Amino acid sequence: MLCIECGGCSATCTTGNFTRFSLRELQILIKRGENATVRDNINKCMLCGKCTLVCPRGVNTRNVVMLAREAFQKNLIHAV
Amino acid sequence: MHMSLAFGWFLLIFFGTVEADIFGTRHLNAPYKAIFFRFFNPDHGRAGFEAAYGFLMDLILAFILSGLLLAVIKRFSSGVVGLKKTTRLKTLDKIALASLWLIFPSRLLAESFTSGAYGTGSFLTGSLGTILASVFPAKEMAYPFWWLYSLSLGTFFILLPLTRYMHIPTELFLIFARNSGIRTGDQVGAFSEIETYSCSSCGICIDACQLNFSAGITNIQSAYLLKGIRNHENVGEIAHNCLMCGRCDSKCPVGIELTPIRMIRRRAEVTEVPYSNIWKRYFPDRLKIIPTKHVIREDYKWLPQAEPARADVIFFAGCMTHLTPSIKKSMVRILDASGVNYNFIDSDGGVCCGRPLMLAGQDKEARELINFNSQMIRKSGARTLVTSCPICYKVFKESYYLDIEILHHSQFIKMLIDEGQLKLGFLRKNVAYHTPCELGRGSGIYEEPKEVLKYVTRLQKTDCDDENSLCCGGSLANMKISSQVRKRIAGDALSVLTKGNPDILATACPLCKKTFSHATETRVADIAELVADALVIPHLKKNLSDAMVQIPATADIG
Repeated sequence: MLCIECGGCSATCTTGNFTRFSLRELQILIKRGENATVRDNINKCMLCGKCTLVCPRGVNTRNVVMLAREAFQKNLIHAV
Repeated sequence: MHMSLAFGWFLLIFFGTVEADIFGTRHLNAPYKAIFFRFFNPDHGRAGFEAAYGFLMDLILAFILSGLLLAVIKRFSSGVVGLKKTTRLKTLDKIALASLWLIFPSRLLAESFTSGAYGTGSFLTGSLGTILASVFPAKEMAYPFWWLYSLSLGTFFILLPLTRYMHIPTELFLIFARNSGIRTGDQVGAFSEIETYSCSSCGICIDACQLNFSAGITNIQSAYLLKGIRNHENVGEIAHNCLMCGRCDSKCPVGIELTPIRMIRRRAEVTEVPYSNIWKRYFPDRLKIIPTKHVIREDYKWLPQAEPARADVIFFAGCMTHLTPSIKKSMVRILDASGVNYNFIDSDGGVCCGRPLMLAGQDKEARELINFNSQMIRKSGARTLVTSCPICYKVFKESYYLDIEILHHSQFIKMLIDEGQLKLGFLRKNVAYHTPCELGRGSGIYEEPKEVLKYVTRLQKTDCDDENSLCCGGSLANMKISSQVRKRIAGDALSVLTKGNPDILATACPLCKKTFSHATETRVADIAELVADALVIPHLKKNLSDAMVQIPATADIG
């Protein structure tokens, strides 16, 4: 809701330096409901925190990653 | 207060036992003979040695009652005894507390009534007894008060293992274990359990916590974490909502290792269900932690092979320094000016040191990053690793198993100054130094940054020096608070730091620098920046690239 999709997070991302991992892309995918790609990619985050520091809207992006991971955890456990 | 109650009670027990020994019919007596001595020997203590001993017992009782008075005041109006807030209690704690508070007043009244009835007793019980006997039928009234004394004593001891008063016997074990050098490790164990039960819920950690006084968050402090662990509650939320600044750890009067215990709880998200069976609460199973079964594993297989250049000294900037480029540039200037053979090993981004993952409880994932970085550092053949970020410094020192010298940039700069490799001028500015949590309380480095600052500026003292320093609020360890809360914490810390109106606020951590600069008008500068500003020779002694000095690629550096 707060995100304006400026891309600052992805620009500074440590993982983004080495792979195609882009937080902005993942965030858009979540909004669209395409969880499969997100689930495979969200684990590449190193939780370093630069994205949160850079965000102009003060979104706690690091926590978003953690919550997404937890949600996927729970989902998978229930599925089995 | 605690001393009067606890020590006084110990004296009462000790001298009471001796009393029963000396004046009783036998030397070894059942405990009740000592506890209810005046009841069983109402005629005792009129004159001579007996009266003198009675004086001693009365004195100790008065001592205890003074402590009790302070305890009651603390519970209802904690500001009077110096604490801003005291611990909130659960129902069972309150019942135990009430029975504890009843013990000594009922003993006083019981002994007084008996003394009044028989004309014995010393300055306290005797005088009170005389007054009471003139109004009430003392002999009859003594009996119910003796019962009250007995019941409150019994209730207290029966409830003790279920409440925070368990700290009384547990602390005995804690002292001996700690003096043998035992410390808490990475997993829960007997010692961490002893520490968990040793918490008396005094509330000093709550007072010290910045989340409490700056943000009004009052359910996550260490006393509550330990209470939650003892009551087998799910403490995941509480464990993660903490700045890990270490202030509570340094202020705990019992010396419980609060930070390691919280880290253990962060590594697992699930704890057991509270027991409904009361028998289980007296004989609980060992506090177990079920580690989270990761269905999806983080994977860092995409990390590239590292091919670093070889050098004597490597500079590792770390994620946060990359976000504060002035620090990076200053460090490069300093390193160039010093003539040291160095390599800026993560100049194009680099991989995170791994500590943020560890703070989130994900040690196994962090290990992959650590392996990558360790390999890179080893391949470079360096003997010294310098980093400008205290978070990275701490993890390099504690979790990387490198056999090279690891230095924080303040230590490195101090070394350069001591060896005369840097020519520095003097900046005529007043500077206040903020000790970063991870560098100060986290790694024990207090003096080197201050020495470096004294060398180039006028360093002021603040109200929060060294171990008392306040957290900036930027902590990576807390993922639950919002940026508004962090700003409040930063604001409160700044109002203490800038009380002396310094020109510059110096710090040794890029995250602190970023957090503070968002919240103040004063210039915030890293130590590296100030030293770089003070460099006298601005042109650079180039990184000596003589074939003689460069490490040959074939040399065997182990």
